[in-house]
Amino acid sequence: MSDSLAFFLIQVLNGVQEGLLLFLVASGLTLIFGIMGVINLAHGSFYMLGAYLVYAFTRLTGDLWTAILVAVPLAIVLGLALEALLFRPLYSRDHLYQVLLTYGLILVLEEIRSLLFGDDVHGVAVPALLDFSVPLKDALTYPAYRLFLSAFCLVVAGAMWWLIRYTRLGMAIRAGSTNREMVQSLGIDIAWVYRAVFALGVALAALAGMIAAPVASVFPGMGNDVLIVSFVVVVIGGIGSIKGAFLGSLLIGLADTFGQIYVPQLSGMTIYVLMAAVLLWRPAGLFGRAGAG
Amino acid sequence: MTNSTRKATRRRVLAGMAAAGAAAVMDFVPTRFAIGQQAKIRLGLMLPYTGTYAALGKNIDDALRLAIHEKGGKLGGRDIEYITLDDESDPAKGSDNANKLVARDKVDFMIGTVHSGVVMAMVKVARDTNTMLVIPNGGVGAATGALCAPNIFRTSFSNWQPAYAMGKVAADAGHKRAVVISWDYAAGKESTDAFTEAFMKGGGKTEKGLFLPFPGVEFQPLLTEIAALKPDVVYAFFAGGGAVKFVKDYAAAGLKTAIPLVGPGFLTDGTLEAQGEAAQGLETTLHYADDLKFAKDKAFRAAFKKATGRDADVYAVQGYDTGTLLISGLGAVKGDVKARDALVSAMEKTVFDSPRGRFTLSNAHNPVQDFYLRKVQGTENRYVRIAVKALADPAIGCKMSA
Repeated sequence: MSDSLAFFLIQVLNGVQEGLLLFLVASGLTLIFGIMGVINLAHGSFYMLGAYLVYAFTRLTGDLWTAILVAVPLAIVLGLALEALLFRPLYSRDHLYQVLLTYGLILVLEEIRSLLFGDDVHGVAVPALLDFSVPLKDALTYPAYRLFLSAFCLVVAGAMWWLIRYTRLGMAIRAGSTNREMVQSLGIDIAWVYRAVFALGVALAALAGMIAAPVASVFPGMGNDVLIVSFVVVVIGGIGSIKGAFLGSLLIGLADTFGQIYVPQLSGMTIYVLMAAVLLWRPAGLFGRAGAG
Repeated sequence: MTNSTRKATRRRVLAGMAAAGAAAVMDFVPTRFAIGQQAKIRLGLMLPYTGTYAALGKNIDDALRLAIHEKGGKLGGRDIEYITLDDESDPAKGSDNANKLVARDKVDFMIGTVHSGVVMAMVKVARDTNTMLVIPNGGVGAATGALCAPNIFRTSFSNWQPAYAMGKVAADAGHKRAVVISWDYAAGKESTDAFTEAFMKGGGKTEKGLFLPFPGVEFQPLLTEIAALKPDVVYAFFAGGGAVKFVKDYAAAGLKTAIPLVGPGFLTDGTLEAQGEAAQGLETTLHYADDLKFAKDKAFRAAFKKATGRDADVYAVQGYDTGTLLISGLGAVKGDVKARDALVSAMEKTVFDSPRGRFTLSNAHNPVQDFYLRKVQGTENRYVRIAVKALADPAIGCKMSA
């Protein structure tokens, strides 16, 4: 295998890996948006929250896995509580109220983060089991944790596919994203679906933050960039479509990666150019239904 | 209904008149030689209190207040009112925020900021409104170059300075081929260009510049590209959270042992605890190091630690020196900010012992200072040697002469 081909393939791996991680965040966002009709600007903050929780628990327990096991249930509880206390009263209101609420949540969560953890940058150690690198080329090794990250995201994506394809909840989610009123009139408890979807979305975003913490480090405002890119993914994939979010995430990951290498001058723009191109071609996104939402 | 509306309106008008009257009276209070000198000096601190540069902003703020507090908490005999504003390191909001400080808060001095793009916005507002500006970090060249002005001072460095020093060090070490990498913004471009300038002068060549959008931290593709190019040396300009991640990723990609990584000191300043093992042995250039032998430095580090519980770093030093510069300038005019020419001239001539060494300003109002080569050992940037002595920014395009 020639050198340039090898490096090209490594870049593909980089792009896929970035995309898969993005998928965890974007899938929750697209579910909440598509099914509940809530524009959740605070989604990036849940990503940040996950990272900080894992940072705190890793320091207490000394082990990333334990930290994740403790933090995920916490994230689910937080999702349920937020849904019940803040979001439920706003379902019948205009989108603007939700935007205001979730924007406020960003500020509140940032402030809580600042009070609890300060404004310093923190690192989370890679677990000892995965703290080695796989040699690829003479001057390049690939961190094993990054490979694990991709595999883990694939497993989660598979689990979500199974959940949505084969479970009762999944059926309700699929139906809910198509026609909310019909689902309700058929006697499915939509309030229960909302609760589950919101908690799932929060947990996924937090989980992404948790497993990303060792490679992304933990710092104030880390959720904001993820939020914007996640919205791009949702728009590209089509609102409410998990399949779309998956494909959109991979596309964004690859576009971002190769944009940085081949057109470094425009690297900040590549994903937005991609979004514009997709929207010109399919105004509702790759898997969006025209006229829906 | 109508009646109550009218009442409320009348009341509001009265209140408005009272406020306007008070404001009018305030305007006539003279600031110099007034009995008791009531009016406070208004310092507008526009710094990043959130985001990737939050820790930097906090150290600047704390050290500035420490310097003034140590000298009695007053400037030229007048009390101080601090007005703080989070600039979010967002250049798009820079002009609005700076204008708020000038027009709404009527500050006597703007102090800020870290991000070079936001500094540019502040420089424009300072020039348009002739407001005093002291820059405690952002090294954008134009601030003390093409856009220099009598009312604009900088207590930190220009992006050119540490980068030029590192270019010389890298060339002296015998490296021939370099790759430079940074965020795609003014500071990154200026820094990498200055490195290349000195590196070429020493017989080297920069083969490729890699840039990613600020404040992105997904470095993996760029690290792969570096491995493909196999240069002799990599020069990286990152700070804060980005610096932590870059240094760790560089080591995790296996590049640290293969290709030396160098940079301006921001790469390893205030970040070493988080960078851990990955940063050990890295060499950087800066106007400060953690184990300088100056008495002033020892005293400052102890005082900062006592006041904040944190260790001082270069950002704290710059904040501290900003405070000292204000004390000196306003002391000379006895707190009269309206005596602009005397104030500017006093600030220009200010010479003092900074924790970093002797502090003097160039004609363009940028520090002329020694640049130290430092090496990371544990959680400290240890002094190795002076890389370039009394290095002055070329101040290209500055028409001002003292």
